[in-house]
Amino acid sequence: MAVKKVFTKPASMTDKTMHFCPGCTHGIIQRLVAEVIDELGIREDTIAVGPVGCAVFCYDYWDVDFQQASHGRAPAVATGVKRVHPDKVVFSLQGDGDIAAIGTTEIVHAAARGEQISCLFVNNSIYGMTGGQMAPTTIVGQKTTTTPDGRDSSRAGYPVKLTEMLAVLDGVTYSARVSVHSPANVVKAKKVIKKAFEIQMKGEGFAIVEILSTCPTNWGLSPVDSIKWLEDNVLPYFPIGEFKTPGEVSS
Amino acid sequence: MGKVLMKGNEAVAEAAVLGGCRYFFGYPITPQNEIPEYLAKRLPEVGGTFLQAESEISAINMVFGAAGSGARVMTSSSGPGISLKQEGISYIAGAELPCVIVNMVRGGPGLGNIGPAQSDYFQATKGGGHGDYRLIVLGPASVQELVDLTIEAFEMADRYRNPVMILGDGILGQMMEPVEFKVKEIMSGPEKPWATTGAKGRTRNLITSLYIVPEDLEEHCRKLKEKYDGIAAVEKRHESYFAEDAEIVLAAYGTTARICKAVVDQAREEGIRAGLIRPVSLWPFPDEPYFKAADYADAFLAVEMSNGQMVEDVRLSVNGKKPVHFLGRTGGIVPTKAEIYADVKKIAAGGVR
Repeated sequence: MAVKKVFTKPASMTDKTMHFCPGCTHGIIQRLVAEVIDELGIREDTIAVGPVGCAVFCYDYWDVDFQQASHGRAPAVATGVKRVHPDKVVFSLQGDGDIAAIGTTEIVHAAARGEQISCLFVNNSIYGMTGGQMAPTTIVGQKTTTTPDGRDSSRAGYPVKLTEMLAVLDGVTYSARVSVHSPANVVKAKKVIKKAFEIQMKGEGFAIVEILSTCPTNWGLSPVDSIKWLEDNVLPYFPIGEFKTPGEVSS
Repeated sequence: MGKVLMKGNEAVAEAAVLGGCRYFFGYPITPQNEIPEYLAKRLPEVGGTFLQAESEISAINMVFGAAGSGARVMTSSSGPGISLKQEGISYIAGAELPCVIVNMVRGGPGLGNIGPAQSDYFQATKGGGHGDYRLIVLGPASVQELVDLTIEAFEMADRYRNPVMILGDGILGQMMEPVEFKVKEIMSGPEKPWATTGAKGRTRNLITSLYIVPEDLEEHCRKLKEKYDGIAAVEKRHESYFAEDAEIVLAAYGTTARICKAVVDQAREEGIRAGLIRPVSLWPFPDEPYFKAADYADAFLAVEMSNGQMVEDVRLSVNGKKPVHFLGRTGGIVPTKAEIYADVKKIAAGGVR
């Protein structure tokens, strides 16, 4: 009897082995994006723009045309791409430092212009690639290599709620936060990512999707404990949900 | 169409359109604002896109995206704005993307002022941003040359897959002169099979400046050097003005070179055999004419609106064979014919340094 294949690698993914640390949820996110590209049948019509940071090698994993941007500037690069190819699906992926610290200007203004692009934002509340420094989304009290006693809000301020911030802009069509720390949330995250792409394909405007991720290596926790830590510390500060959906007008 | 009277900044903008530029991304800064203002009106007429970015940093990264997508694209700025673009320019050079960048240089350092200057020469010709790369840098001296070189800059950028900088100055951007647009039909670039256009029926294209394996990056840098050596072999340009028998050879580019021509004329009238070698390409620098002139000239005088930047390239070219003097004005002050001529007379009398 022939064995029926029920689970396989998405066609939009390459055969390259991912470089992510054990337990990191970046790989799930990149796979979800590939599944969405497959399901929408847009692999040959997609141009991706990548970040600097932990996801810097995502061009190795997605089998689509790709531009590697400088730190923080992916939304500006994506703007240049989309203006030249308005008929293509253009999306960017950035981490928290990339999008909410050094690249705050670029994401805010791409959003304000209502660029017809989809921006994915992976928030793991720490700088992973550089070895665990404080991120703009580091939770108050969270220990990092540059907040060794925990983030002290009197000196280091508060985490940036970028996705909520963008929701108030008239240029933004869709703003949502999801997480991939449980199977149910993975399924939900995929739906939201797909919605962001569909909004662009319908010409409805700019979409931002924030995806909460773990970083066991730099959090100094096991993968299982990381998920618990995310539930206990990240989710209360960065709630999951849609902050703006198509048709809504900012008040 | 014959000649039309145009401001330098507007002429460079119209030249870009004729050169096939369809995308412009920029941020306002004096003294180059007529370039984006002109293109904001003009580009939509030819089906192009003008976008006022939120910063020079964003603008140059939009240029990266558009250039990587296969378009002819330009940005323009001045001094401080060009400084902000340097990281992006390094990425563009590293990813080998063609584009044109205009710098109508103003006084620096820092906020400096909005007067004309040539003090961005080092930044333009010696790197500017991080890493081993070269820009092709052209230094026009008239509105006509601004037009001709801008159109050609798009061709060179595509030919070499390299950013090309037009290094003007505040005077060149603001002055009006009659110009002729010799290109009758709007140009278009070559096919760019490497560009990101959606991987339809082909393997995917990747635009990147990242080579994480040391051997790969060294190979990339070696290829870049080979390209730069090839450019240097064929793209050096200069104008020689009475330099063939000169005892004193002036060295100046752009606006300053025009004043130096008047100095040469006066010197010749008064019996001093002066001449001018004007670099038109600032990188690659036309070293040979200076090296050859060092065989028969007694001395050189570099004149710049800076504290002395291009003079270093003149000295490298002359290679110690003859003295190279320097006259510079800064702060937005243009050296006068009288003060340059006074230096020429002193040198002729053997009196300067």
